[in-house]
Amino acid sequence: MLSKETKLQMLEKMMLIRAFEEQAEKLFMKNLVHGTMHLSIGEEAVAVGAIFALDKSDYITSTHRGHGHMIAKGGNIKKMFAEFLGKETGYCHGRGGSMHIADFSLGNLGATGIVGAGIPIATGAALALKMQGSNNIVLCFFGDGASNEGNFFEALNMAAIWKLPEIFLCENNQYAMSSSVKRFVSVPDIADRACAFGVPGVAVDGMDVIAVYEAVKAAVERARSGKGPTLIEAKTYRYKGHSKSDKNLYRTKEEIEQWKKKDPIKTFTERLFELGELSEKELEMIKNKVQTTISEGVEFAITSKEPDPDTVEKYVYAEEGEKE
Amino acid sequence: MRIITYKEAVREAMTEKMREDRTVFLMGEDIGVYGGAFGVSMGMLEEFGPRRVLETPMSEATFTGVGVGAAIMGMRPIVEIMFADFLTFSADQLVNQAAKLRYMTGGQVKVPLVIRAPQGSGTGAAAQHSQNVEAWFFNIPGIKIVAPSNPYDAKGLLKSSIEDDNPVLFLEHKLLYNTKGEVPLEDYRVKIGQSRILKEGSDITVVGSSIMAYRALKAAEQLLDEDSISAEVIDLVTLKPLDVKPIINSIKKTHRLLVVYEGCMTGGIGNEVISRVVESDAFAYLDAPIFRLAGKDVPIPYNRNLEKNAVPQIQDIKDKVKFIVKGGWNA
Ligand SMILES: Cc1ncc(C[n+]2csc(CCOP(=O)(O)OP(=O)(O)O)c2C)c(N)n1
Ligand SMILES: [Mg+2]
Repeated sequence: MLSKETKLQMLEKMMLIRAFEEQAEKLFMKNLVHGTMHLSIGEEAVAVGAIFALDKSDYITSTHRGHGHMIAKGGNIKKMFAEFLGKETGYCHGRGGSMHIADFSLGNLGATGIVGAGIPIATGAALALKMQGSNNIVLCFFGDGASNEGNFFEALNMAAIWKLPEIFLCENNQYAMSSSVKRFVSVPDIADRACAFGVPGVAVDGMDVIAVYEAVKAAVERARSGKGPTLIEAKTYRYKGHSKSDKNLYRTKEEIEQWKKKDPIKTFTERLFELGELSEKELEMIKNKVQTTISEGVEFAITSKEPDPDTVEKYVYAEEGEKE
Repeated sequence: MRIITYKEAVREAMTEKMREDRTVFLMGEDIGVYGGAFGVSMGMLEEFGPRRVLETPMSEATFTGVGVGAAIMGMRPIVEIMFADFLTFSADQLVNQAAKLRYMTGGQVKVPLVIRAPQGSGTGAAAQHSQNVEAWFFNIPGIKIVAPSNPYDAKGLLKSSIEDDNPVLFLEHKLLYNTKGEVPLEDYRVKIGQSRILKEGSDITVVGSSIMAYRALKAAEQLLDEDSISAEVIDLVTLKPLDVKPIINSIKKTHRLLVVYEGCMTGGIGNEVISRVVESDAFAYLDAPIFRLAGKDVPIPYNRNLEKNAVPQIQDIKDKVKFIVKGGWNA
């Protein structure tokens, strides 16, 4: 059973992700961002539920829609905003941007912009952990769209035959850009595909942070005990456009509204109230804390220096004796 | 003459070919209501329906192969790869299959496939969505590569590419999509395999393609105004097969050569241009060493200023031309 404290931490993380991305969108609208961004607003329960089921020393791989993963894994909001604005103080020193924010020291093994390409990398990381006799596992985030790439099928097979400590976590937000899963996946649930590889496939309500947590927890136990991978499909929804903004020509307003009724933060807050595990005062405190973190993060990012253009050749190769 | 954008020119070429030839169809990700990531195919679904504007799952390796399979059966597929960077997934089907099928079966089959993909930096999309990929495929016999720098060429070349019986990699540039230019209403073609003088000049020959032909032209216009330097600009238009004759002729007039390309300096397409010049009789006409301006040997960074510094800009071309013309290399 999750303690009240843990549940409040989960709520706080979800609210922090939401606030980070709402602020990111504002910065974007103010034309402070050169590039693109992918918002996971509406999908917070997946990142938080999954990562809370891991140990701190476990690993994840992330995607182009990765802000939530990074924050749930303990990401530093200042460094995240700084990276978003392309500053030298950002996680990737302004080289990566929104799409590639990662903190290896926190076990985030990278956010790829090549959809599906993170899956084999997670499999390789899991292989290394197994070879090294580690007790840690790797959780790989990827989308419904990514689940149509050959990388997904090939990696799932390899993880299965080698019984690797890996969790395949598909964030099914119903669309890959404008492509609906209804049109592009041949079975009702992406989780159904697991049976082709002889691994458990679990579909779970991705708007329910506890449901995600529990499904991942079971997969963690399986992975840690050497039984191999699990495929989990968390059914969720992206409220915002695919990137920047889009005209939503591929879906209806009604559909969006329907999903918003199941908003993961709203429903979890209500549930905690009902259980008597959250008071108005506590909620207020969480909100204030989140707001302060966000304001400080933005302030830090805006006042940070740009990278020196002459350092463009830095980081291409690891140099002898170079510090991380 | 009528003025349209590069993006519209690409769309017109596809649309007109699809109207006249039932074997032509477009295939790729999000090319329907979304119109593709850059809106190139906007409206085509309405006209041609979902069978000929065929949306695929996110499976580039396979749908590139599907294009090859359809092509050998007599269709003329246009496969759109959303960003040229993702051609890595398509690489086997292009390099080992499409490019070699005809040769290794002793000429039994034709592969009339067009792969369209936008490449290049300047949009803040960072290392995996900004690459210039020309050199990746330049080394592969059996594929033609074209990279138009303006709407006129984009339309005329795409029609020629669709009609070509070989695999053609049609590289668009993201930064050019909204640039405008004259495009006649009448039917015309731009031949594959011909480079072209964009602007005549007498002091130096500047060679580029795609965005670099565009920038070289701007640089040449400014150099004439500001410094009275007369640069002749040559657009390669087709990268493979390379047409160096106009460059050789130009050097005989200008006696100087600068080759500009967006891809990384090492192993880039400009090197081949230079090799051909060095092997030709134009070499004897040179009054200065041949120079290159190219992308630095780095992945494309996210930050705006870093990104600008990673590939040649108009100012860089101007500076280099002045350096060469004024004999700076001689110091
Ligand atoms: C290999 C590859 N193909 C296409 C794209 C362009 N693209 C970026 S995100 C995306 C949709 C991804 O869908 P999904 O995996 O469901 O993730 P979501 O964006 O919904 O989070 C597409 C088509 C890409 N980045 N990489
Ligand atoms: Mg999706």
